[in-house]
Amino acid sequence: MTMHMISANHATAAAAALAARANRSGRGFCSGVYPITPQTECIERLCAEQIPKGSVVRVESEHSAMAVCMGGALSGARTFTASSSNGLAYMAENVFAAGFYRLPIVMMAVNRTLGPPWNIWVDHGDTLMLRDSGWIQFYCEDNQEVHDTTLLAFRLAEDEEVLLPVMVCQDAFVLSHTMTMTDIPDQEAVDRFLPELRLPHRLTDTPRVVGGLDFPHQTEVHRKQHLDAMGRVPGVYARIQDEFERCFGRRPPDPVVPYRMEDADLVLVSMGTTASTVRTAVDEARARGVKAGALRLRMFRPLPERAIREHLAGRKRVAILDRDSCPGLGGIVWGELRGLAAPGAVVQNYLIGLGGGDIRPEHVRGVLDDLASRDESGEPHFMEAGA
Amino acid sequence: MSEPILGGVVHTDADRSEPLLRAGNTNCGGCGMSIALNMISRAVAERRVQIVIPACCGIVTAGPFPASAYGAPVVASTFAAAAAVATGLARVTHANNEDIRVLCFAGDGGTYDIGLAAVSAAAERNEDILFLCYDNEIYGNTGGQRSSATPFGATTTTTPTGKHVAKKDILGIMAAHRIPYAASVSMAHPEDMMRKLQRALDVRGFRFLHILSPCPTGWKSEPSEGVQLVRWAVQSGIYPVLEVVDGSLWTVNVEPDFSEDALESFLGHQGRFAGMTVTVAEVRRSVLRSWDALRARCGPPTAPAESNGVGAD
Ligand SMILES: Cc1ncc(C[n+]2csc(CCOP(=O)(O)OP(=O)(O)O)c2C)c(N)n1
Ligand code: SF4
Ligand SMILES: [Mg+2]
Repeated sequence: MTMHMISANHATAAAAALAARANRSGRGFCSGVYPITPQTECIERLCAEQIPKGSVVRVESEHSAMAVCMGGALSGARTFTASSSNGLAYMAENVFAAGFYRLPIVMMAVNRTLGPPWNIWVDHGDTLMLRDSGWIQFYCEDNQEVHDTTLLAFRLAEDEEVLLPVMVCQDAFVLSHTMTMTDIPDQEAVDRFLPELRLPHRLTDTPRVVGGLDFPHQTEVHRKQHLDAMGRVPGVYARIQDEFERCFGRRPPDPVVPYRMEDADLVLVSMGTTASTVRTAVDEARARGVKAGALRLRMFRPLPERAIREHLAGRKRVAILDRDSCPGLGGIVWGELRGLAAPGAVVQNYLIGLGGGDIRPEHVRGVLDDLASRDESGEPHFMEAGA
Repeated sequence: MSEPILGGVVHTDADRSEPLLRAGNTNCGGCGMSIALNMISRAVAERRVQIVIPACCGIVTAGPFPASAYGAPVVASTFAAAAAVATGLARVTHANNEDIRVLCFAGDGGTYDIGLAAVSAAAERNEDILFLCYDNEIYGNTGGQRSSATPFGATTTTTPTGKHVAKKDILGIMAAHRIPYAASVSMAHPEDMMRKLQRALDVRGFRFLHILSPCPTGWKSEPSEGVQLVRWAVQSGIYPVLEVVDGSLWTVNVEPDFSEDALESFLGHQGRFAGMTVTVAEVRRSVLRSWDALRARCGPPTAPAESNGVGAD
């Protein structure tokens, strides 16, 4: 292991290249890549990597980038791509296809505002749009976590009990372009952590159709298998956390990361780098004698419903911070979590930091004050952090 | 099938032991795609192949899970993505030193229209793929809407008074990528077609074959007349049969006679031209114009025009 001063974009590429080389004794590596700000540096770095038995195909669109990964995966290779924002929207058809084919593709997604109007800063709406695509989704908080999650994503995706694609999400610029000291393991350690990929449904010479026509009952069966595979993810993930810790000496975070929750009455739930600011605000509140705590939702698919329920049991007031917006509903995360709080709890939605508005501690303090003053939840509360 | 192609489309000892198109598929009677697949099957013989088929009639052919009417492994891809999915397959089979031909089998929609960007990009990268476009000049799967391969004059469900613009020159487009091999084949000229299939299977890099594929359902024609329609199309000059090597060496393989007879028969035997508002003379002029451009690339005719097209290769 060595420490490197690198951005999360480069940390991702480093992880993908390590994973790629780890499959050299298997069927190698295949990737289709297409640039979009703020993901570009990731794929540029990947294109510069030496990967035995590896192809990085510079395609003409995100749709094809995912298609190349699907073809590569169907031939038994380890596969990776990266995208962001409108790139993900353009890719969407094949994102769903990769999920339905049950291919263990890993994709890094830099969360960026969907346009038009064009805005390259962080917003979670792009990957949340793909929440029903049948992919596992992680939202990371720092560069090391991005790197480690990318590595373990391959292990999780390729586990024979799972066989699902994994999306590793990181906040635009806050992580993608910010350099921090990052611990990059050596190849031998990664070789031990990532066994050769063995895809049970890889294309061989057997005449059969992958992804052909289904009648309703066959679709029901396939969907049920997909749901069941998602259901097995929390158990497999826990096993992989142990394995990761054994190989690399540090433990990847749980699907839900609690902070000062012991006796918290006011709970702030957030995703990605917002959680760092939230922790600062929680500390400040605690210093003022306010019983604040926080949850960071790291795994969004499958939704760690049980863990969330357990953390929220008995809490009176919950704020859900959405860095996304669903016109006609409010926040997407709130829409999913509001039913998981204790009965009778106030669950208030705050839309904050859309379009990359800088969420500062004073904004979170405002959320806490508002939440503390509420006896019942109201309409989603729109906050302007970019002003 | 009244056509004596390959001694009928029956499977013989000369064929691939596992035919690419198995019996019991759902293609309409007289579907040109069935004929094309049988000829491809014979050309492929015992070579190992993997086939990518995007959304089109050709994937419905396979039948529902877990059955398959294809005698080879098939990936059913999204509509636009066949060439990109095939890229992944080809890259990985290569990296693992496997002697597998990766084929795309796509309709005109998946080639001329929604799939064009991916096809063009794979051609530009010179991926080791044989891309076969069976062109029924219509979106057959969705019930017969126009595509950019629909010919001038033809009525479709979305061009009820006939199409008023000409068909896209797909072979010209592919040749402009300077790929190792691009050719159009005629199922009325089986020797020429088999030779080209063999060549396209053996050349490495991106190869493109254009197959005019009669569609009795969409063309509103007699199922038994498909091959004859192709013969008339070739004879009249409507469907040029040619090959282009490395984007520069253009050869016309079957000389048309440009006869009015052939043109009138081609148009007259298909219901899709019955309601057209453009005249036969206009169609003829547009055909001759396109041949002027073709002659500029291929040089003057080298062989005397054949009268009936049979065995003209
Ligand atoms: C993205 C997308 N858009 C539309 C469709 C609907 N669709 C399926 S097949 C098809 C037309 C296929 O036409 P072509 O490629 O010419 O093949 P054919 O059916 O004529 O054999 C269309 C429009 C689809 N499957 N996917
Ligand atoms: S609609 Fe046309 S192309 Fe499709 S199966 Fe029928 S005849 Fe063949
Ligand atoms: Mg068609």
